[in-house]
Amino acid sequence: MSVQVKYRIGKSIAFQGLTILLSVLCVVPLIFILVYIIKAGVTKINWNFLTNLPKPVGETGGGIKNALLGSVEVIALSTIIAVPVGILCGIYLSEYKQSKLAYWTRLSVDILQGVPSIVIGIIAYFWIVKPMGHFSAISGSIALAIMMLPIVVRSTEETLLLLPDSLREAGYALGMPFHRVVLKVIIPCGFSGILSGVMLSVARITGETAPLLFTAFGNPYLSFDIGQPMQTLPLIIFNYATSPYNDWHDLAWGASCILLLWVLLLNILTKVISAKWKVQL
Amino acid sequence: MESTIVKAVNYNSYFGANHVVKDVNIEIPKNAAIAVMGPSGCGKTTFLRGINRMHELIPGATAKGQILLNGTDVMEMHPIFVRLKIGMVFQRPNPFPNLSIYDNVIAGYKLNGISLPKSERDRIVEHSLSRVALWGEVKDSLTKKGTFLSGGQQQRLCIARAVAMEPEVLLFDEPTSALDPISTSKVEELFHELKKNYTLIIVTHNMQQAARVSDKTAFFYMGELVEFDDTKNMFTNPKDTRTQNYITGRFS
Repeated sequence: MSVQVKYRIGKSIAFQGLTILLSVLCVVPLIFILVYIIKAGVTKINWNFLTNLPKPVGETGGGIKNALLGSVEVIALSTIIAVPVGILCGIYLSEYKQSKLAYWTRLSVDILQGVPSIVIGIIAYFWIVKPMGHFSAISGSIALAIMMLPIVVRSTEETLLLLPDSLREAGYALGMPFHRVVLKVIIPCGFSGILSGVMLSVARITGETAPLLFTAFGNPYLSFDIGQPMQTLPLIIFNYATSPYNDWHDLAWGASCILLLWVLLLNILTKVISAKWKVQL
Repeated sequence: MESTIVKAVNYNSYFGANHVVKDVNIEIPKNAAIAVMGPSGCGKTTFLRGINRMHELIPGATAKGQILLNGTDVMEMHPIFVRLKIGMVFQRPNPFPNLSIYDNVIAGYKLNGISLPKSERDRIVEHSLSRVALWGEVKDSLTKKGTFLSGGQQQRLCIARAVAMEPEVLLFDEPTSALDPISTSKVEELFHELKKNYTLIIVTHNMQQAARVSDKTAFFYMGELVEFDDTKNMFTNPKDTRTQNYITGRFS
């Protein structure tokens, strides 16, 4: 082998090695975060931690029951608001990809995705909290729904664009009207993709803190009233981690751990579901 | 004199400014197999898609002139009704991937929300699959997905799906171009059976296939209908020099 060929092979190997090295590097932050937070938080998690309300400063124990249930309620509400709108919008974008309206919708959805979450929180404050006169869970849900919307729209659109046109034509050629082609052919075939988009958007907003600061606000008591302030996981972490008390720090670590595990679980679940329910084209 | 089922009168179709089908006049007789042949890009598929109003689904596509189905202009009928009367089979097999073989056959009823008693559904499925000579091959795997079948079987499943709606006309858009020779010959055999009950319009760029399966052949060239005649006459005694050039392979 000539020297030049050897040199070129060497370069190729070096490049390959570099890509592998950098790929490993991408995983490192996640592993550090996981290890650190689980180490700090997992010991704080026990049955009492999950089922008790927070105790006042000075008393030991206490849990995050209100934040846990609050998060579930706020996220469920945002999902109910954002998912139907997002999926229908995604369907429109994929079925009428060349229309003017689709162009502008796509553009605004992309811009919406780039709007900082704190700005969305402020908007929700001015539009909902101020007119209502007080903080409320529903205002937090609306702020989070606005954050979910672009993710659901774009993932639905991208999933449906991957479906071949021949599928739509098969439906039309059997005399199916547009709404039946969409509901009976397009959505069932793209269902796993749409669902994983929804689940990833849920995972994404679970940890959002900024939009909740001036909307759901937080609440030391258990409340299910969507018209009243509500505690959520990110808010309890924010409030307790910035407090000067060690007991509260422990709660914040435990809550962080729960939040992290929840996001991890959702991501894994998404992978499993999309693999299992995927329609083989 | 056989009766006419589909008639085109000064039919033109366009993609934007692109004039694809030019002034076509044709009378297609009932219960016959009609081959539409011509080189790629001659407008034969576009013409075919105009018959059941699939052409208009493509953004920017327009048409002028008339397509008459039993004397009624299809443009005055609801497209859904037109497509129930005129079934279509595509170039690539496109069974619904989310449905079983059984559900694929009755998809036209099921997905349109037409509910039938179970016995009637069973009858339609068996009848349609038998028509396309697929019943024997799949009767034990009706609950498997349609995409589980081989390409040739999938295409026959798609034909069964169209047949199940009991249309009057069946359009075939190069139905065998994605199939192997054995599957192709099976589909071709079907045409002889199917034309007893339906009018078949088969687009093909394969001259041998046109000669084998059709009673009459239409030759399209550059968007024009050059010649329409009995297949035998067309291949033995073409009247137009362009037809002659095409069937002797002087251009393709």
